[in-house]
Amino acid sequence: MNAIYLRRKAVNRVALSLALGAAGFGLFWLVAILWTLLFNGLSSINLALFTENTPPPGGEGGLLNAIFGSVVMTTVATLVGTPVGIMAGTYLAEFGRGAKLAEVVRFINDILLSAPSIMVGLFIYEVVVVRMGHFSAWAGALALAVIVIPVVVRTTEDMLKLVPNSLREAAAALGAPQWKVITLVAYRAARNGIITGVLLAIARISGETAPLLFTALNNQFWSADMNAPMANLPVVIFQYAMSPYEDWRQLAWGGALLITVTILLLNIGARVLAGLGTTRK
Amino acid sequence: MTTTNFDPTSGRNPAMNPAIAMSPTAGLSEGRTGNRSRAGLAEKISVRNLDFYYDGYRALKDISLPLYDRQVTAFIGPSGCGKSTLLRILNRMYDLYPKQKATGEVLLDGNNILSPKQDLNLLRARVGMVFQKPTPFPMSIYDNIAFGVRLYEKLSKSEMNDRIEYSLRRAALWDEVKDKLRQNGMSLSGGQQQRLCIARAIAVKPSVLLLDEPTSALDPISTAKCEELVDELRSDYCIAIVTHNMQQAARVSNFTAFMYLGELIEFGDTESIFTNPAKEKTSEYITGRFG
Repeated sequence: MNAIYLRRKAVNRVALSLALGAAGFGLFWLVAILWTLLFNGLSSINLALFTENTPPPGGEGGLLNAIFGSVVMTTVATLVGTPVGIMAGTYLAEFGRGAKLAEVVRFINDILLSAPSIMVGLFIYEVVVVRMGHFSAWAGALALAVIVIPVVVRTTEDMLKLVPNSLREAAAALGAPQWKVITLVAYRAARNGIITGVLLAIARISGETAPLLFTALNNQFWSADMNAPMANLPVVIFQYAMSPYEDWRQLAWGGALLITVTILLLNIGARVLAGLGTTRK
Repeated sequence: MTTTNFDPTSGRNPAMNPAIAMSPTAGLSEGRTGNRSRAGLAEKISVRNLDFYYDGYRALKDISLPLYDRQVTAFIGPSGCGKSTLLRILNRMYDLYPKQKATGEVLLDGNNILSPKQDLNLLRARVGMVFQKPTPFPMSIYDNIAFGVRLYEKLSKSEMNDRIEYSLRRAALWDEVKDKLRQNGMSLSGGQQQRLCIARAIAVKPSVLLLDEPTSALDPISTAKCEELVDELRSDYCIAIVTHNMQQAARVSNFTAFMYLGELIEFGDTESIFTNPAKEKTSEYITGRFG
């Protein structure tokens, strides 16, 4: 054993333990959070949570209206944001190669991607809520859509860029016009990746609180009116967790567990889908 | 630069190509006097004074050559000589990329396809192309072939089934895939994928087939199958094949164009090019002294 070899082995060992330590540090907090959530929240997961509306302090109740509101606003936001995002991402990857406009769009999209979500909430508050004169579920959905768009734009562009150019050439060589090359071949090849992006965007917005505070606000009661304030999980958790009432805080734990598990499942689904995309020959 | 002066006294009769040796004179374009006759052959594509530029860089210099119907023409030459570039002009593939420009004339059945009025999609439906790497679409074997057909034809289900069987049979793939047409085209082996791509190109009934190093990614057995296939298809199409493999050019082609640094050094029937080239450069390349 010469000195250099021993030195390399030692350095390797140090680097490896540092890397493992860093990974362990990150995992520790993740596990701690999940454990705390399970420990505190599991007891509030019962049938009433899904069948009753948010109660007044001291009353019996669940989170039905908040769950409903979150699902509705997330769905509307996804339905609005996904087509816009996919189309913009398609422009960037397929039409705007090397174009000045594409670079500008990409840059702005990156800014939007990392913009604090409270800014998005304030923006929608200013252009929608103030003009309409009241908080509404539409405004909430719109704010969430603004957050969906850059995520979907980015993943769509990235996934389309992974589609080999030879595939586009092959389709074009058969006489396919560009729009057919994109819709029938490129989308198909990038499909799993794009769906993954949409799932990640849904995961992202289902936990957003700040943009909803200024837009959909909250609603103590059942409401399916998109023109009125609507209850939603993140804001209910925010309000109930800060409240002095023990039963409200308990509900907040339940809601937090619910939302975390949902996001976890969405992320796992996205991982599985992305994995399918890469392992298939 | 396209002089192709073969020694008329060598009198070699290209076995692959009896038509070539039949008459001593023929309506050849200028600069090819003394070349063996190609009477009886229809000029499917005529390339005339073609120049090509990649963003200002002149990649092809004043190329003129004919491509005959029902004949295989091979483009050979060292890497970067422009043979693939030339092939990609014949279906205007280069148009997918801005900054690439061709000047001169390429006549397909007498019409200049470089004209801005040329409908690119219709052109590409008539001039099929098979690429170096197999490029099956991420869909079933059936849909891979139906894809191109559906673009320009409205066929009934049974007509489509017939067309798919026809194309797969012509590509010598039918027996291997007839029971799994619904399987993803990407699940096939490399050689099968390439034959699927050939079947896909044939299915739209083109009149010209462009093969861009179609066997360079294949094993010897698949290569042999593809070469047999080219030989088989010769009777119906005008075929141009780019190849790095000189034995392949000698095996499959009737005519050979040798290119070097963007110029067409020599064009002639394959037999002459390989046994009695007119140019020093050609013989150096053929005998492996460079390239």
